[in-house]
Amino acid sequence: MSRLIFGDKAAFVIVPDLKLIGDGILQLVGCHDCDAVVEEPNVPDGGAAICSRCGSTLFRRQRRTVEFTLALVSAAAILFVVANVYPFLSFQMQGQVTHTTLGSGTFSLWEQGQHAVALLVALTTIVAPALQIGLLLFVLGPIHLQFSVPGAVTAFRWVEYSRPWSMIEVFLIGILVAVVKLSDMANIIPGLALGAFGLLIPVLAGASSFLDPEVVWRKIGDLK
Amino acid sequence: MAAAFSIRGPHLQCHTCHLVVATPSVPDERLRCPRCRASIHRRKPNSLSRTWALLLAAIICYIPANLYPIMEVTTLGRTQADTILSGVIYLYVHGTWPLAVIVFIASVVVPILKILTLASLAFSVERSSQWRPRDRARLYRIVETVGRWSMVDVYVVTILVALVHLGSLASVDARLGAVFFGTVVVLTILAAESFDPRLIWDRLEGEPGASVVQNGDERDGE
Repeated sequence: MSRLIFGDKAAFVIVPDLKLIGDGILQLVGCHDCDAVVEEPNVPDGGAAICSRCGSTLFRRQRRTVEFTLALVSAAAILFVVANVYPFLSFQMQGQVTHTTLGSGTFSLWEQGQHAVALLVALTTIVAPALQIGLLLFVLGPIHLQFSVPGAVTAFRWVEYSRPWSMIEVFLIGILVAVVKLSDMANIIPGLALGAFGLLIPVLAGASSFLDPEVVWRKIGDLK
Repeated sequence: MAAAFSIRGPHLQCHTCHLVVATPSVPDERLRCPRCRASIHRRKPNSLSRTWALLLAAIICYIPANLYPIMEVTTLGRTQADTILSGVIYLYVHGTWPLAVIVFIASVVVPILKILTLASLAFSVERSSQWRPRDRARLYRIVETVGRWSMVDVYVVTILVALVHLGSLASVDARLGAVFFGTVVVLTILAAESFDPRLIWDRLEGEPGASVVQNGDERDGE
């Protein structure tokens, strides 16, 4: 039987017969990794259900998932704007200074004719994080205020699609490596955006750990 | 043992929103998830052939990604080309060794291990292996999360190119190696996405569970 982390109540119940509710939707949860299907267990807030067959996390239950995620994503939106508008590094060599922002980095690559790499960097550091933040605001805001917006289903689906392509935490390591490589050559001055980046990463990680997609899907359905 | 946990009923699970639905009597490729409207399959379509194709492409691109320089650094008229590996060595000698270790793992160890792991997972599924399914499933989850870190080198090139453009005094140019390396990262991410970890469990105890949808396997479309 599956176990519940942080909870000692009964574990998964395996249903012998499938219960049909409404139009063919089952009150069941399936494991994303091994496709074991079980009746939805009662998981306390802050707990997680673990698949007993393959060990992957089925879902986490968060108290007030919409409110907490919304708060963190709003903070992330502000930090993301700061991280994009201001330069994150300045390079000073023999009296000459260059600055770089996220966008200008991509643009320099494009100008050098490296279009594919420029698009990849833009996708993973600007487009995908912007989609994550923007779409989550668009979906969670109306849910919190109890009204339905057209396109919420598509928007939340794209939150799922864009997730693997958002790589700003990797970008931060890239900045670190670049600073070390350049430190022999010239003066490197960290900019305001670097701090915003540093904050954005834990805030976004927090937002995604508070997000309970199953609850959000159900709320979208309820509001329609 | 494992059989106790699989409900042998007519059900499908949405890959995107994970809703469990009863299998309607419509051909697999026509189905849309009633909740999120993504197309819904019993298993990812053509999972194994797609994984193999993407892995093969990644292996091919991995060779030029390491042989060609990823960037050229010009300082005071002197030009020096950097490959992935020489960049790591530079960090080790001039910079700090912890950073060199991180970059070495991210750019060299991770892509190789990711390709090898996915290939052996695909191979084990093809051989209907019964060997430690839980550990193989865990291996897949690790590979899926760790792969993104290989992007570090692409980002380093981007930042250097953006910062250092002072003409003949100092400039950095991106080179072909970066293109191939970025391609390898993208291809391995796509390969991991197209592999369906549920195939590991389908092959256990000769129970494909495919009695519901006959062509829902990796063999569909043939």
